Amino acid sequence: MSRLGALLARETALAWGRGGGPLVSVGFYAGVATLLPLAIGPEAERLAAVAPGAAWVALALASLLSLDRLFERDYEDGALDHLALSPVPLELTCAVKCAGQWLATGAPLALAAPVAAIALGAPLALTPLIFACALVGGLAFAFTGGIGAALSLGARRGGLLTAVIVLPLFVPPVIFGGGALAAFAGGLPWAPGLALLCAYGAAAVALGPLAMAAACRNALS
Amino acid sequence: MIPAPAFLTNPERFMAFSRWAAPMFGAIAVVLAIVGLWLGWSAPPDYQQGATVRIMFIHVPAAIVCEVIYAFLAGASLLALVFRHMLADCAAQAAAPLGAGFTLLALITGSLWGRPMWGAWWVWDARLTSVLILFLLYIAYLALRASLDDEAKAARSAAILAMVGVVVLPIIHFSVYWWNSLHQGSSMFTKGALAPVYAWPLFAMLAAYLAAFGSLWLVRIRGEVWRRRAEAAALRMARA
Amino acid sequence: MIERLELRGLGVRRGGRQLFSGLSLSLAAGEACALTGANGAGKTSLLRAVAGLVGLEAGEIAFGKLDATEARGAGLHLIGHQDGLKPARTTREELDFWSVWSGGTAASAEAAAKALDLTTLLDLEVRRLSAGQRRRLALARLLAAPRPLWLLDEPLSPLDAGWRSRFGTMMQAHLAGGGLILAAVHDPLPIAAKVLEIGA
Repeated sequence: MSRLGALLARETALAWGRGGGPLVSVGFYAGVATLLPLAIGPEAERLAAVAPGAAWVALALASLLSLDRLFERDYEDGALDHLALSPVPLELTCAVKCAGQWLATGAPLALAAPVAAIALGAPLALTPLIFACALVGGLAFAFTGGIGAALSLGARRGGLLTAVIVLPLFVPPVIFGGGALAAFAGGLPWAPGLALLCAYGAAAVALGPLAMAAACRNALS
Repeated sequence: MIPAPAFLTNPERFMAFSRWAAPMFGAIAVVLAIVGLWLGWSAPPDYQQGATVRIMFIHVPAAIVCEVIYAFLAGASLLALVFRHMLADCAAQAAAPLGAGFTLLALITGSLWGRPMWGAWWVWDARLTSVLILFLLYIAYLALRASLDDEAKAARSAAILAMVGVVVLPIIHFSVYWWNSLHQGSSMFTKGALAPVYAWPLFAMLAAYLAAFGSLWLVRIRGEVWRRRAEAAALRMARA
Repeated sequence: MIERLELRGLGVRRGGRQLFSGLSLSLAAGEACALTGANGAGKTSLLRAVAGLVGLEAGEIAFGKLDATEARGAGLHLIGHQDGLKPARTTREELDFWSVWSGGTAASAEAAAKALDLTTLLDLEVRRLSAGQRRRLALARLLAAPRPLWLLDEPLSPLDAGWRSRFGTMMQAHLAGGGLILAAVHDPLPIAAKVLEIGA
């Protein structure tokens, strides 16, 4: 267990990158949140109508940013070899890597999401739900994104390829989270959407590492 | 080992089998297509949608077949991963562009169907949106296959993606229909039982598409097998 | 404990090319073998095949009484061309992590740092180390977590003559303790070893 603990600490520290990791993600997030009113005009009602959904989509996109660091660096500098040659199953190693990614960038994004949504005009009451969705959704995005990152190891234009692979897989959490937020804003029950989001997140955490490990072994061979 | 007939597992037997099977499926496809189109043309116009309902006979079978092809893609990928069988990998590689083609056909005909009805070139209907995401899955498979230089690694990586895709696809379908029900999206496809006069042309076209896919698939697998043999021979000559 | 490493009739194919076939080797505890051959002959692939990262087209590998999964999980070290070190981390952080990851302790990590003269470098970031120092840090894994089989891919290339002979002493100590070494090299190893030419 100290192996995995040490790995989690290392992965979180590397993804944190002395503050650079979350800074880039939150910066991108703020940038997108700024572009939106610039594109569609500052009228409060129009912005408020799209605010929760836009904040949610921007979160999904921001999660894509840090994916290329997840496996590619270790693959390039030979660390993935050492991580694979261990009594710890590679599936568990991949899961811990994604968890470290989520702690370092997903959690700060979850804190930034309500701020962005309010800036775009979402009601204050929506904030706890946005935070919850962003936290759970961030987990789903990290583990699903990890699948794409592992599959595109060694490919040219790896970052773009990862995004192409991963966007269809992001559709269910985007729908479920967006549905929960829209339901809340419309006074309808929001629990089903959040529950489905949690279910997808749990499935991603449980099954994603299997695909990631298979993809890593393929890349190392 | 799963018992499998020799003509599917042995490359030589497969090539012999496909030499007569591919044209046969092709001929069946043509016949069924003629029957289906004739039945479709002579079917009465729908009281709501008029004559444009006939696009359904091109669109709906395409939408069904593109999903079937993805299932075949995932199945072939599973066999390629587990048994490392060359034919299984050729089958997966051959099926992907065909699947993408049928998906594109479904999307274009879906759009054409919506235009006279709704005045819009695209409708975020549950089925069309689902098919669009399936198209993205095909694109992802083709892109992944094409961007890794090592062919063997690219094949395995794409196979893993196909398996992930086939697991996520039902979830995607569910989520899109759930999304549609939340927002009471437009549904341009009438629900309920299909009148027999519409059902027959639909099934005929569906069978035609499946036969066409079968024929094209066999032809493409043959092409892939030949391409690999030619490459192996070229490598041997370069080494000699 | 690996009493004997047996490679029987190994064949490896990569990128459509048959690298080698019918390769056999028997290495007893306390023995070393140097793999020689031209670049691209398959030395790295052979080492990675023994480690289980690359698949075999033919043949089998036996690790004495140890099961292959166990041997590959905790019975061998593979030190490749690359160091596996992150530039932004300090030497101490990297040494501690890889030591824990390989099953070593804080004490063994410190002993390894001492043996490889890394103690003064511990607070430096890896990107500030020279090539030779990075290679010594990479080799520190071998001493920080003792494992019977060492698979080394050109371990000495960035090291100067002094360090080559010092590392030779460490290799000798490892063999004396019942370890095995399989190393891919261009120049002769500083210890007595069998030689196996790949791609001949």
